[in-house]
Amino acid sequence: MKRRTDAIIAIHAALIAAGVIVLFPFVWIALAAFKTQISLTIGEVLFTPTLANFREVLTSGTSDYLANYRNSAIVAASSTLLVLAVSTLAAYSIERLAWPRWMVHGFLLGAAVFNAIPAITLVGAWYVGFRALGLYNTYLAVILAHATLNLPIGIWLMATFIREVPRELEEAARIDGCGTLQMLVKVIGPVVMPGIAATAILVFIHSWNEFIVALNLTARQTATVPVAIAKYAQENETKYGAMAAGAVMSILPSLVLLFFAQRAIVRGLTAGAVK
Amino acid sequence: MKVSKPARFWTLAPALLLFAAVALAPIGELAAMSVSQIDWVRGHAQWRYVGLDQYRRVIADALFRAGVVNTLIFAVGGVFAQMILGFALALLTTKVARGRVLYRTVFILPILVPGIVIGAIWKLMYNFDFGVLNQLLGLMGVGAVDWLGNTATALAAVIAVDVWHWTPFVFLLMLAGLESLPQDVYEAAHVDGASLWDELRFVTLPLMLPTIVVTLMFRIIVGVKVFDEIYLLTGGGPGTSTEVVSYTIFRRFFTEGQTGYGSAMSVVVLFALALIFVVLQATTQRRAAVA
Repeated sequence: MKRRTDAIIAIHAALIAAGVIVLFPFVWIALAAFKTQISLTIGEVLFTPTLANFREVLTSGTSDYLANYRNSAIVAASSTLLVLAVSTLAAYSIERLAWPRWMVHGFLLGAAVFNAIPAITLVGAWYVGFRALGLYNTYLAVILAHATLNLPIGIWLMATFIREVPRELEEAARIDGCGTLQMLVKVIGPVVMPGIAATAILVFIHSWNEFIVALNLTARQTATVPVAIAKYAQENETKYGAMAAGAVMSILPSLVLLFFAQRAIVRGLTAGAVK
Repeated sequence: MKVSKPARFWTLAPALLLFAAVALAPIGELAAMSVSQIDWVRGHAQWRYVGLDQYRRVIADALFRAGVVNTLIFAVGGVFAQMILGFALALLTTKVARGRVLYRTVFILPILVPGIVIGAIWKLMYNFDFGVLNQLLGLMGVGAVDWLGNTATALAAVIAVDVWHWTPFVFLLMLAGLESLPQDVYEAAHVDGASLWDELRFVTLPLMLPTIVVTLMFRIIVGVKVFDEIYLLTGGGPGTSTEVVSYTIFRRFFTEGQTGYGSAMSVVVLFALALIFVVLQATTQRRAAVA
């Protein structure tokens, strides 16, 4: 029995060590956000915390951080709604509306192949195309791009969740004369709500975090948070403090979701991978 | 069950429309641009047909070749380390009763953070003058290392960042897989006197194979796309030591404004990866079916 307790303690020690390795870099950047540039560059460990970096990022005339935050929120929320609507319809269609098998397989394979392609290979074409349409530097361009990039994962997740809905439920509703739209809103929707929430959170975070599309399709007015953070890091002299403050504030939405919706996040990340 | 034909079409139409307009049409546009020399004169594109010239340049491009090699090393090396570490951590977690949810919460965090923030974090950690890694080395009396500025360490350093970033994702999927395994098989193995090693080798691994394969595919796909961290940490340097294909395309298309040439490179990468994906998908599905 003693040996067993020792083993458990050793396992906890290993897991705690891994946890420290995961958390320490976050603690480090959070501390950096409260240091002055001088304190940072001389590598002070004990320091007097200051809000100067946050003040610079949030209120200085050269910083658009609050506008970037608003832009990120608009883009992420809109693209998430678009993905949810389109992917729920598509997933229901391929799962339940008796398409020929080859059609379903072809559609899913196409979506999976598209998902395997790096976004940067399409960004050039989007840049030229959206420019020609007068959509460069508009929310719509980034929203459409983000929605399309996340559509495969949306369809994949929603199909997984809809597959679990008992068919009897639909048959009963169908006999009562329920149409397709009604069926989705009144029968399927409520049953797969946890799945929709999981998909929504995942797609929102993807869009919120996305950098390469936002970098190339936006200019100052529509730039998102990751673009702003990269700018602090890329200026002639890296503004480490501002970069850290911007980074810390950018992960707040994810932290909130992690604490209040962890179950949904885990469901979204693991659905389809584990049978 | 009887289904109305119109319902079938209008439910799938939005997805097809979005893919056609924002994925297929741009791919067509890329193909058209890739056989052209495009010069921007006062904001207007001047197209000139050049046949396959741009593709010939792609194949001969030393930067592109370095990018392909580094992307392979990055994806394969990083994912390999993540799979081993993630699986080991998940296995350990299943052995403890207390604290599982807490461990999981901590380990999920990096998965949810923007690549740019991951880059920012490690830009601070790796800094030559005041990075915490060099400070720790200093405490141990070892000289500072220019982690990102040295051709010997730069690629390994960015791979380490990727391992730190994504091991938690592998952990999460492996943990979910392990928790869903049937317990009676383990009881039977225990009754038969199987050692822990036998249990892992003959029970856990075979049962986990489908989850392992899916996780591997997820990770390789995302690994090959790497861009954000490279953009922030090294810009592909020093020399070409951390150049990756996404970065080369970005550089040629956007930084240098070579629209036609960047398009040809995009087409090459796009179709190569699509092909590799289809082949991998076909072979792994057969494997998973056998197991």
